[in-house]
Amino acid sequence: MKGQTLTRADLAEAVHEEVGLTRQDCAGLVERTLDLIAEALEDGRTVKLSGFGVFQVRAKRARMGRNPKTGEPAAIEPRRVIGFRASQVMKARVDEGLGG
Amino acid sequence: MIKSELIARLASENPHLTQKDVERVVGVILDSMTGALEKGGRVELRGFGAFSVRSRPARTGRNPRTGETVAVKAKHVPFFKSGKELRERLNADE
Repeated sequence: MKGQTLTRADLAEAVHEEVGLTRQDCAGLVERTLDLIAEALEDGRTVKLSGFGVFQVRAKRARMGRNPKTGEPAAIEPRRVIGFRASQVMKARVDEGLGG
Repeated sequence: MIKSELIARLASENPHLTQKDVERVVGVILDSMTGALEKGGRVELRGFGAFSVRSRPARTGRNPRTGETVAVKAKHVPFFKSGKELRERLNADE
């Protein structure tokens, strides 16, 4: 089954239809929701959205890697990455929705 | 940050909306995303990241307590990949 791709515009439209606020408000709220999540992560804070999942920042150490194109060794700087763990509710919905 | 803190923040930024409305807004946003994945779709939020579904093949696992082998069925799991802009914001201090 190949589903569709949901974008910011679709989210704003869904909010508009279900909550009944103006399209402009809805677009702004979708944007601010994503912004506030991003800001919290930027500050190194974990974001827990019950029923949805948890976003967490993890620190990765420096390591030696390789340029996959040339094969040359390349230093990879220490960096921060985002991990997402889906909630049990989301996992169950997705697995059941796609026939287990 | 938890969901109620996110809602409180959005509500304080939008004094013309009720707290109840903002709660519904956040609920619809999150529910729509799960809904898209549930139908086999993706969620693409430029700059933020993308949610997709990955399939995991069936495998033989072990009950860690008893050591017994158990069959684990194939399943579909949600996956998130952070967007370029968010990754850059996270590592901007270097």
